[in-house]
Amino acid sequence: MNKSVIFGVLTVAGLAAGTASAATLDDVKARGKLNCGVTTGLAGFASPDANGNWEGFDVDVCRAVATAVFGDPNAVDFTPLTSATRFSALASGEVDLLSRITTWTFSRDVDLKFEFAGIAFYDGQGFLVPKELGVSSAKDLDGATVCIQTGTTTELNLADYFRTNKMEYEPVPIETNAEGQQQYLAGACDVYTTDSSALAATRATFENPDEHVVLPEIISKEPLGPLVRHGDNQWGDIVRWTLNAMITAEELGVTSANVGELAGGTDNPEINRLLGTDGNLGEQLGLSADWAKNIISSVGNYGESFARNVGSETPIGIARGLNGLWTEGGLQYSPPFR
Amino acid sequence: MTTTTDPQTDSFHLSQLLYDSRYRSMTIQVVALIGFVSLVAWLVSNTIVNLEALGKNFSFGFLGQRSGYDINQRLISYSSDSNHFTAAAVGLLNTLLVAFLGCILATVIGVTAGVLRLSRNWITAKIMTVYIESFRNIPVLLWILAFNAVMTEGFPSPRDFKGDNATASMLFNDSVAVTNRGIFAPLPIWENGYQIVVIVFLLSIAAIWAFGRYAKKRQELTGDILPVFWIKLAILVLPVLIAYFVLGRPIGLEYPELKGFGFKGGLNIRRSLIVLWLALSFYTGAFIAENVRAGILAISKGQSEAAHALGINPKNTMSLVVLPQALRVIIPPLISQYLNLTKNSSLAIAVGYMDVRSTLGGITLNQTGRELECMLLLMGIYLLISLAISGAMNVYNKSTQLAER
Ligand SMILES: N[C@@H](CCC(=O)N[C@@H](CS)C(=O)NCC(=O)O)C(=O)O
Repeated sequence: MNKSVIFGVLTVAGLAAGTASAATLDDVKARGKLNCGVTTGLAGFASPDANGNWEGFDVDVCRAVATAVFGDPNAVDFTPLTSATRFSALASGEVDLLSRITTWTFSRDVDLKFEFAGIAFYDGQGFLVPKELGVSSAKDLDGATVCIQTGTTTELNLADYFRTNKMEYEPVPIETNAEGQQQYLAGACDVYTTDSSALAATRATFENPDEHVVLPEIISKEPLGPLVRHGDNQWGDIVRWTLNAMITAEELGVTSANVGELAGGTDNPEINRLLGTDGNLGEQLGLSADWAKNIISSVGNYGESFARNVGSETPIGIARGLNGLWTEGGLQYSPPFR
Repeated sequence: MTTTTDPQTDSFHLSQLLYDSRYRSMTIQVVALIGFVSLVAWLVSNTIVNLEALGKNFSFGFLGQRSGYDINQRLISYSSDSNHFTAAAVGLLNTLLVAFLGCILATVIGVTAGVLRLSRNWITAKIMTVYIESFRNIPVLLWILAFNAVMTEGFPSPRDFKGDNATASMLFNDSVAVTNRGIFAPLPIWENGYQIVVIVFLLSIAAIWAFGRYAKKRQELTGDILPVFWIKLAILVLPVLIAYFVLGRPIGLEYPELKGFGFKGGLNIRRSLIVLWLALSFYTGAFIAENVRAGILAISKGQSEAAHALGINPKNTMSLVVLPQALRVIIPPLISQYLNLTKNSSLAIAVGYMDVRSTLGGITLNQTGRELECMLLLMGIYLLISLAISGAMNVYNKSTQLAER
C-alpha cells in the first residue's frame, strides 16, 4: 500500500517534470501522433460522426497541423475537453494543441501563459430563446433563467451585460453543451447563451429548430482560435502558419481539387512558395517542403473547411460574414508567405 | 579475573545498527524519515521549478480581485463586483447548508430504514433491504444525476403554469409550485410584533426540553411513561398559535406569483439544492441504516425480552431500551458517514449547485488559472470542516458512552 502510494507520487511528479520540456515538435514526432484538445461535442465544430471519426471546423485545424507534421490528417488523438478542463489539459502537456472554440483574451494570453496562433473564427455571444416566450430583444430578458457554461468568457460577459443594463437573471451553471441543450429543451432555463455560432450549431440539432430564435443582439467579441503553451515558438509558428496557409490558399484560389495540378508549378510566385515548389518555407518551420500542399489536398483551404462544416449549405447555415476574406469584405487576412 | 566476564558496554560497532535488535528499529525509523523528508522536499522543489518554467508565481493575491461572475444561491450578499474571496465564502456557506440538511435527513432516513429492515413484517423488511442495497452499491454521482434527470424531465417547467390552457397548477391553494427549476413556496414576512411570537417559540422549545427531563426523571422514579410526544407537540404549537392570533397575525406570508419568465417572490428552493440534498441523504442514509441495524443487533436479546416481561410495548422497547444502548455502537461509524456526506457534497457541480468546489475550485480556478492555490485552499477548507464535525460528534459520543462509576 505504502509502496504504491510512493510510486504513484513519483510518477505524478515525473510527469510534471516532463511538461517543462519545450520542443513540442520533437515530442509529437516521437509519438507519431498529435494530441489535440477539442469540445466534448458541438456539431459543426467538433463532434464524432456515426463511426466515431471526429469532424468539424475545429477538428480540421487539428487535422491540418497533423498533416503539416506527418502528411497524414488521421495522425491525431482527439481529447474531448469541457470549458473548465481545457486550460489545465493544455498547460500540463496532456494536449499539444487546443482547438476548441476558445476566445482569445488578454488574461488567457498573458496571465494563463498561452499563445494564440490566430483567429480561426470571428464570433460573438448571443442568446437563444424559444419563440413561444415572445421575446424579440435581449433587453427583454429581465428576470430570465439563463443556462450558462462555467469557466467561459460567456459567464463573465453575461454578468457584465445584465449589470450594465440593470437587469436581473438567474444563472444555471452547466458543464457541457449537451447538458445545456437538455436543460434548455426541458424548460429548466428560459435562455441559452454562448457564442452565436455554437447557438446556431446547437439549434440545428433540435427536433424543431423553427421553434427557437437567436436574438439579434451580439453582446461581445469572441475571436476564437487554436492555442498552444507559451515558450515554444517553433511549435507556435507551425500552428499559426498552418492556419495562415489555409486562409492564403483560399485567397490564392488553391483548393483541394486543384492543388495537385498547381503544385507542378505556376506563374504566381506566392503559390509556388506556399506549395513548396519554390523556396524553403517548410524547411524553416522544421517541416517537409510540401507541408502546405498536403494540408490543402487532405483538409482543404479555409473556405472549403468553413463551407463543409458550418457554411450556409449545412444545417447550421452560418454565413461567411466577418469570416469572409478581407478581399470580400470580411476580416480573414493572412500575412504574406514570403 | 572478573574482567573477562564483564559485558563490553563501552564499545559500539556500526554493524550493531543493523544487527542489534536494540538499535535496529531506530535505524529503520531514521532511514524512513530521511527518505520521506527528502521525497517531500523533492516534490516541493519540483513544483516550484515547474511553476517557474510555466512562468507562474505562487500567490493568493487573486482572492482580492473582482470575481466577475454571478452565483444563483447566495446566503450572504454577493454580486459580480465582489471579490473571489467573497465568492468562495458564498460557496462555503452553500456547502455547509447542503451538508447540514443532508446530515439531518440522512440520519432520519437511516434510523428509520435500519429499524424497519429488522421488522418482522416481511414486505417492509424486504423493501428496506432493496433500498439499502441499491443505494450502497451504486456510486453516489449516478444517484445525483438520476435524481436530477427525474426532476428536470419529470416536473413541469414554469411555462406550463401559464396561460389559459396551463398543463400544470400550483398546490396547496395556489401557494406552492413544484417545477423543474425548483420549488417555489411562501416566504414569511415579518411585521410589527413578530419578535414576541419568536420569543414565545423559543420559550416553548426550552419548555419542551425541561419537560423531557422531567418526564425522564419521573419515569426513572415511578416507571410511568407519559405520552411525551403529544405533550411536546402541544407545548410547541399551542403557545405560538395563541401569541400569533392575539398579536393580530404579525407574521405574514409572501406567496410566489407567476410573473415574467417564471415565478417571482416567495421562497425559491432551487432544483440543484433539492436534488443534491435528497441524493446525498438517501445515499448516506443507506449506510447509516446498516450502522443502526448493526447497533441494534449488538444489543443482547435479553434486553428486549426483559422489557417485554416488564410489559413495555414493542415501540417503547425500541425507543427507550434498545436504541439508547445501541447508540454507543452507532455513533462512531455515524461520524464517518457525516464526513462522507460532507465530502461527497463536492460533487455538486454535476447538478450546477454552487458549493465551494464549484466557486473557488471551479469558476474562480478557471478564470484565474490558479490551480495550485485554489486546490490547496479547498483541501484546507474540507479538512477544517471535517475536523470540526468529528470534534463535535466526539463530544456527543462521550456523552452517550457508559458512565463508569
Ligand atoms: N468561447 C467561449 C465559450 C466556449 C465554450 O465553451 N462554449 C460552450 C458552450 S456551447 C461549448 O461549446 N461547449 C462544448 C462542450 O460542451 O464541450 C470561451 O472561450 O470561453
